[in-house]
Amino acid sequence: MTAVNVMVLAVVVFTALFAPLVAPYPYDAQDLASLYAAPSATHWMGTDRLGRDLLSRIIHGTRTSLLVGLVSACVALFVGTLYGAVSGYVGGRVDATLMRLLEVLYALPDLLLIILLGVLIGRGVPGMIAAISLVGWMTVARLVRGEILRWREQPFAEAARAAGAGHARILFRHLLPQTVGPLIVTLTFRIPAGILAESTLSFVGLGIAPPQTSWGSLAGEGWTALKFYPHLIVFPSLAIFVTMLAFNLLGDRLRDALDPTSVTRR
Amino acid sequence: MIRGRLLVPFKALARRAVWGLAVLWVVATVTFLLLRAVPGGPFDSEKQLPPEIVANIEAKYHLDQPVWRQYLLYLGGLIRGDLGPSFKYVGRDVVDILAETFPVSLALGAVALLVAVVLGLTFGILAGERPGTWVDRGGMMLATAGVAVPNFVLGAVLVLVVSHRLHLLPPALWEGPRYLILPALTLGLGPAAYIARLTRSSLLDIARHECIRTAHAKGLSPRAVLFAHQLPNALMPVVTILGPLTAALVTGSFVVEYLFAIPGMGRFFITAVTNRDYPLIMGVTLLYAAVLVAANVVVDFAYAWLDPRVRIE
Repeated sequence: MTAVNVMVLAVVVFTALFAPLVAPYPYDAQDLASLYAAPSATHWMGTDRLGRDLLSRIIHGTRTSLLVGLVSACVALFVGTLYGAVSGYVGGRVDATLMRLLEVLYALPDLLLIILLGVLIGRGVPGMIAAISLVGWMTVARLVRGEILRWREQPFAEAARAAGAGHARILFRHLLPQTVGPLIVTLTFRIPAGILAESTLSFVGLGIAPPQTSWGSLAGEGWTALKFYPHLIVFPSLAIFVTMLAFNLLGDRLRDALDPTSVTRR
Repeated sequence: MIRGRLLVPFKALARRAVWGLAVLWVVATVTFLLLRAVPGGPFDSEKQLPPEIVANIEAKYHLDQPVWRQYLLYLGGLIRGDLGPSFKYVGRDVVDILAETFPVSLALGAVALLVAVVLGLTFGILAGERPGTWVDRGGMMLATAGVAVPNFVLGAVLVLVVSHRLHLLPPALWEGPRYLILPALTLGLGPAAYIARLTRSSLLDIARHECIRTAHAKGLSPRAVLFAHQLPNALMPVVTILGPLTAALVTGSFVVEYLFAIPGMGRFFITAVTNRDYPLIMGVTLLYAAVLVAANVVVDFAYAWLDPRVRIE
């Protein structure tokens, strides 16, 4: 299972990196002789209403979707780790204030906030990334704070303190490395979450704007022709589903491997 | 044990209410500022209008005032329960639009929640009761897929198969109970998968606990152990996620409402964003936030009620 899983992810990443080389046609090339064509030997996944090759468009969409998922996950991880680490390590009033603030932000519904921020920042890839990471860091912050609180009073941290290590050294060299396991797991779950958020927004027309394309906007275009040309929604949906599934399975496996008390696998 | 304790500790409830209002105020402020920071106004996209007319429109909606005055006007209205007129649906107040669309979203969300909890618990218990069997393996494979599938993909598949191929249920619109089934499944199946996984792993966690061994040792039947001891303990994590889950169902419903052309609040939110209908955007956001705050309070109290060790302050 894991081997298949890793292979799927490798194919996705490879496709994203070398999209123009892998794609059989340019993503905006029109074949006016075959509009809305069903899958065939010339167009493996058929064509859309402008006669553009769906496979090539999905391959190019891989770039957008993966980029948004990956970068937003990394940004969220970075910001969340800093916020949570400071909150947990400093403690006291700072911690209380930071956590109260987080609680208020939590009361803003995720997707609404992403939509509002997306409108504010702009509907391109950078706007999506910024909006999604601005929402995603909060769970990371909570996680890291909890971890820091757990390790802060452990003997090894006290030893470091007794040996005269400064705050920065204790935090970055002794405490944060303890959180690497959970953070890696979080990262693998944040990536599909980002892909999901982007594709959902693009699907309803509030995400990536044309001529740029992503899996979500392709599926959204397909939705309008669902009844007569189902291939237009089936293939982009399949790309989203397989990728999300692969990341989620990887996350599950990593969590089981890194957490000895976990019983999900048995 | 519940006896001897007030079912609802009023002091704690009052404190939560005040906190909730504070949260809503912050949400209102943040949304207000965000919207005013967006370049371009709600009346930009239309044809070039003569400046006098633009001035008239702006005066009507107080857009000619400084931002701080607009903010105070808005807060004043909010306290009186007035969310202002919609910019796009001329002559209609935001409150009226919400009063019309929110019940629709609420009905959809409630049924989806029911689907999620009933299916999730059933499959979770079935799997957790006999780990390693084909029921467990099959169910969990399904659940893993269910967690990974975006709801617009699920909705598309359901419409394609159930409506267009099998002609069993209507593919869209909102005209009776039959129209509720596909949207509720689309919205609820993902969370159901999540609950199933959570219930299962929580049951397995508890199974290793001493209290369960004691229960077995004192001669209870496996069924009695499961329902009297294992399950009540295992349900705590499930209760905890009900708050965020309700939020996800309510706010996630905009995609489903878009898919099935349901006249709920979420679909209005999408058009409100594309139209820059500020008062409507703010109204929907505030209502969503209120639902979220309320859901979390309910869950907190449910938690304290289920677990005597938890005290609400």
